[in-house]
Amino acid sequence: MSDEAVVTAQHVPHEAHHEELGFWRKYIFSTDHKVIGIQYAVTGLLFLLFGFCLMMLMRWQLAYPGVPLPIIGNLLGDARMPGGTMLPEFYNELGAMHGTIMVFLGVVPLAVGGFGNFVLPLQIGAPDMAFPKVNMASYWCLFLGGVTMLGSFFVPGGAAQAGWTSYAPLSVIAGTGQTWWLVGMVFLITSSLLGALNFITTTIQLRARGLTFMRFPFFVWSQFVTAFLLLLAFPPLEAAAFMQLMDRVAGSSFFMPSGLVVSGQVLDVAGGGNALLWQHLFWFLAHPEVYVLILPAMGIVAEVIANNTRKPLWGYRSMVYSLVFLGFMSFIVWAHHMFMTGMGTAMAAFFQTTTMIISVPSVVILTALIISLWGGSIRFNTPMLFAVAFLPMFGIGGLTGLPLALNIADIPLHDTYYVIAHFHYVVAPGTIFGLFAGIYYWYPKATGRKMSELLGKIHFWGSFVCMNIVFMPMFIIGLAGVSRRLFDAGATYDFAQSTIHWNVVSSWGAWALAVFQLPFIFNFFWSLRKGETVGENPWQATTIEWAAPSPPPHGNFAAAPQAYRGPYEYSVPGAARDFSPQHEA
Amino acid sequence: MDIPYTVEIRRDTGLTNGKIGIWLFLASEVMLFGALFASYILIRTGAPSWPRGDTILDVRLATFNTIVLIASSVTMVMAWASLMRSRFGTFRIYMGGTILLGLVFLVVKYFEYTHKFHDGLLPSTNNFLAIYFTLTGLHGLHVLGGMVVNAYFWGPGAKLWKTNPTWFTNRVEHSGLFWHFVDLVWIFLFPTLYLL
Repeated sequence: MSDEAVVTAQHVPHEAHHEELGFWRKYIFSTDHKVIGIQYAVTGLLFLLFGFCLMMLMRWQLAYPGVPLPIIGNLLGDARMPGGTMLPEFYNELGAMHGTIMVFLGVVPLAVGGFGNFVLPLQIGAPDMAFPKVNMASYWCLFLGGVTMLGSFFVPGGAAQAGWTSYAPLSVIAGTGQTWWLVGMVFLITSSLLGALNFITTTIQLRARGLTFMRFPFFVWSQFVTAFLLLLAFPPLEAAAFMQLMDRVAGSSFFMPSGLVVSGQVLDVAGGGNALLWQHLFWFLAHPEVYVLILPAMGIVAEVIANNTRKPLWGYRSMVYSLVFLGFMSFIVWAHHMFMTGMGTAMAAFFQTTTMIISVPSVVILTALIISLWGGSIRFNTPMLFAVAFLPMFGIGGLTGLPLALNIADIPLHDTYYVIAHFHYVVAPGTIFGLFAGIYYWYPKATGRKMSELLGKIHFWGSFVCMNIVFMPMFIIGLAGVSRRLFDAGATYDFAQSTIHWNVVSSWGAWALAVFQLPFIFNFFWSLRKGETVGENPWQATTIEWAAPSPPPHGNFAAAPQAYRGPYEYSVPGAARDFSPQHEA
Repeated sequence: MDIPYTVEIRRDTGLTNGKIGIWLFLASEVMLFGALFASYILIRTGAPSWPRGDTILDVRLATFNTIVLIASSVTMVMAWASLMRSRFGTFRIYMGGTILLGLVFLVVKYFEYTHKFHDGLLPSTNNFLAIYFTLTGLHGLHVLGGMVVNAYFWGPGAKLWKTNPTWFTNRVEHSGLFWHFVDLVWIFLFPTLYLL
């Protein structure tokens, strides 16, 4: 019997079975990439909101150090905010968990899990991911990781307090929350691994006929490279997490040097370990992780820009080559996060050189996107506004990173608010704006309805102004030399007094930013029922996901699509319309 | 709905989905163990003194275990080769042998561990033992994982042989690739921890 005959014979009852899937299998334990993508996206958005709330509490403490926070302060209890005044330990908890949640439970699940799962198979014309069950497992690992991280707030001593980087030996001697953090990370890492190998296999194997690699939409490329980063950079952190667990639970000394004195007493450990080893293993993941955060957003922005300028992306090939080069280089720049450790000039010279080199492909991509705007008849709808705003915001984030790449400039800047401002410009108004662009852009595909343009524009302009009010003052505070690790924003230091009032500005910016997310949250739910109904291709786009019905059914396409041309054939001279879809012969 | 190239090979890549998936998984495993080996080197080179493995660990038991694991790799290949020749009965025997050899490995490991614990040699004693327990413990978990998967193909998973023999053979091949990887990790662990 031939394989195909076997497959069909086996397949018929399987198909019939699908029709009678109950609520739980259809929406909760689903293997459909679109449902999983939406699960990921909603989880990611909820965690972004939660991480944002943690940050708003911190901003109160930074703007008004020691002043009791009305109402909410009392609700958080005496162990955290006695009388409404924040304890330093609670501030540390908030800081560590804000970083962890935003990076590993907010942006990555939304950008990779959400958009990758939902859009990538559709864009390559696939019926689903290559391993649907692995895909489901990947989501539920993330879920367990999220529950563990949230649960850690309720253990004695509270959640992890050693920063999102969990530097040893501080993290090794920290309270129980750190153990939960490590266990949570193991879940999150496993989730990413399962997702990454699924994305790569799907991209290679399930792309439509005729869809060669150089015909991939840029978003597919960005997810493809991101998946390699997740696949290869996360395991070393998993190894490091195991080692830190051993240090904490089994009393080993991987990260514990000999003769470490804590509270005036020499710690009773075997010693001989290396605290810097943790930093190396952590940043070996966490630098590629920076690109995991930014590349999917770049991919979304490229899609939205090509669609709304109604012309092909300028320099598509050079963008793709830059992306691949960026992915490769991101593995050999990690120690620029560690210039402060005094690594010696030879190593510093190596890492500052590679860091300067890696800025080149980023600049190539950004420049190509900016040139793509040139001469286009631009439609300024909400996704396009977010996409265009991404360019200068990411630009500010990127350019302010250059001084940090140089050992000599990094040392005075590294522990200050300058670094906070720099990477938040990359991930907050950068990546998050890219993700918002993606939500507004693909919402019609996922639901069959458009989100409200008016609410979208209020959301955009409010967020755009507020983001800058939040982060621009941090450059000023940072350049004045104020440490980013102070829980009172430097109130006790004379040199910090000249800039300390900027914290109030920044905090009010953050709270206003929260207010401007309300139209988005309302819009998101309201449009599910009341949004303008759309057909399969509301944006007159060229890529293959727009060939599927909105929302796409199980299996996505009525017939397997085929690609006949490149991804961005807009305004082709002589064509009847200003867009020539990839899937139309 | 059917996922293409689960069983049949995609013409232009020459691969099935599972084959790519398992190799990618192994690539991530290389990074996992690579990081641990790198940590071993860093901690050892930074240590003022470091014991030779054979002064603390039992080289004879480890040699025996090495032979057991290599033998299990051979039976694993034979199990797959039996399926390629459509001999399901032989597959069951060889696969059963692979699982049993894995079990022997873990039992020996169990005696090694309890002996160390009995002597008061713990991860907290020194970093040599810490890295020994971490590396062999993680490897042991991999052996256990491989055994669970193999046991599934030996038992309930073997139903697939009746409906789709090609798919089943591919799955056994992928499980075998993982098993050989676990074996290979031990081949590196053995000299690193016991002999150097």
